[in-house]
Amino acid sequence: MARKIRVLIAKPGLDGHDRGAKVVARALRDAGMEVIYTGLHQSPEMIVQTAMQEDVDAIGLSSLSGAHDVLFPRVMELVHKNKMKVLVTAGGIIPEEDVPTLKKCGIAAVFGPGTPIEDIVKFHKERLKAKH
Amino acid sequence: MNYSTLAKGTLKGDRKAAARLISVVEDEEEGYREAMKIVFCGTRGAGVLGITGAPGVGKSTLVFEIAKSFRKAGKSVGIVAVDPTSPLTGGAILGDRIRMTDLSADPGVFIRSMGSRGGTGGLSLQTSNVIRILDALGCDEIIVETVGAGQTQVDIMGMADTVVVVTMPGTGDEVQSIKAGLLEIADLYLVNKMDLPGAMNTASDLKSMLDLVDDWKGWKPPVLLASASTGRGLDQMLEFIGRHRAWISQPERFLERRSRQARKEIYDLVTMEVHRMIESKFPSVKLDAIVRDVVQGKLSPYEAAEKVAAFAIR
Ligand code: B12
Ligand SMILES: Nc1nc2c(ncn2[C@@H]2O[C@H](COP(=O)(O)OP(=O)(O)O)[C@@H](O)[C@H]2O)c(=O)[nH]1
Ligand SMILES: [Mg+2]
Repeated sequence: MARKIRVLIAKPGLDGHDRGAKVVARALRDAGMEVIYTGLHQSPEMIVQTAMQEDVDAIGLSSLSGAHDVLFPRVMELVHKNKMKVLVTAGGIIPEEDVPTLKKCGIAAVFGPGTPIEDIVKFHKERLKAKH
Repeated sequence: MNYSTLAKGTLKGDRKAAARLISVVEDEEEGYREAMKIVFCGTRGAGVLGITGAPGVGKSTLVFEIAKSFRKAGKSVGIVAVDPTSPLTGGAILGDRIRMTDLSADPGVFIRSMGSRGGTGGLSLQTSNVIRILDALGCDEIIVETVGAGQTQVDIMGMADTVVVVTMPGTGDEVQSIKAGLLEIADLYLVNKMDLPGAMNTASDLKSMLDLVDDWKGWKPPVLLASASTGRGLDQMLEFIGRHRAWISQPERFLERRSRQARKEIYDLVTMEVHRMIESKFPSVKLDAIVRDVVQGKLSPYEAAEKVAAFAIR
């Protein structure tokens, strides 16, 4: 049987904007992936524990509230501490000037508002294909 | 591939190894059977509770509440939550964790979401294996949530010690569907969302339906009311789950249920094995010829099947 790609879409922190996360989740599902959606208000610890239990190939972080600069690096710290081999992507309202810092701590790509959903799907497909 | 390291890690309580092994089993990767043999020897006899019912009746909310009560009693908990896979794309959104977020960071809880997929093994075989992995990992209690629809709902009977069929008020068809053949699978009926109007009616419909059966062999499934989101009725449900556990644990009964489950699993595995063998070993030229003969009316499908089966049995 074909190896199925599993992705966790997570909403860290107190941010209640979940439209983007749901749009991305649905698009990845339609591309044949199994998407685990956490719901709102996840701590970085919860996200990383979930990713571990679910053995996902990728974690997608969505934040529109401006707390990404603290929460995303913390997620990455835990990912590295647990020696997890996962692709981590992010999206939402993330100022251009924050992107280099996020990439430096290991986030593979950041997708802002208005990104065509096909681009997001294509990116995940290409980056996760190599694993199989 | 050799996955015995993952299996051994699982027996030692390595959660990451267990998580990886579950994927290997779900993907039916070459070599997973060997790993499952090791896991099988490491199982400790966890209690398995099945929660099933139509989408939206409140299963995940209930699983969360039940898991919390197990945690309070000092038990470690494994949760397997199955959601349907889209038959068109093969993708799935697995959202049961949304109702269980408070358990995500609890080291005494392991939650795994599964798509129902549709491999050769079928849901029941994969899910049984996932249950075993969580058992071998050291979970004392395992809760399995499945969406009730035809076969998957029946399958859960082959895995769980106690099955709770959940329904809610205002779904007349729900009672109909239970009537249509799911009578045998429930050990407990729960009308959830008793805070909504009509709960009593749903419960009495269920009860009168159960009254038509007079041969319950010692356990007549109770019909309970609860409200998972407000907490009403949950203690009573837990008490009945406990009572059923005690009833089913009597040696001869336990043996009977487990034997029935083992028998079914062996049958399923044999079917799968035959399938695999025909697919990989039966010469395709020969199969094509047989198919052609059937199409041209030279051979009946029965004779064709006998020919192919004879090959597998040899
Ligand atoms: C709709 C909306 C709301 C709705 C949210 C409904 C919901 N359930 O989601 C409501 C009205 C509830 C709301 C409330 C608030 N909002 Co509001 N909201 C918006 C608005 C207008 C659109 C967001 C949206 O849904 N976009 C559509 C989706 C599809 O786009 P998206 O999320 O950006 O996702 C795309 C990409 O970013 C990317 N993506 C997103 N996540 C991910 C994840 C991964 C893994 C990947 C790969 C890609 C990806 O892919 C998507 C497709 O391209 C934005 C302004 C804006 N233009 O963004 C403000 C905005 C986000 N809100 C804002 C604010 C301040 C608030 C409030 C605090 C109060 C207020 N002043 O309105 C509250 C707080 C709510 C809370 N609890 O957190 C600010 C945030 C400012 C900041 N970050 O500094 C914004 C930017 C408006 C502004 N310019 O001030 N909001
Ligand atoms: N009114 C009411 N709503 C409930 C109750 N239990 C669960 N719900 C809600 O029903 C919806 C579906 O619940 P969920 O647990 O996800 O159902 P599942 O699909 O069967 O797993 C959610 O919005 C819950 O908050 C209840 O007892 N009463
Ligand atoms: Mg559910």
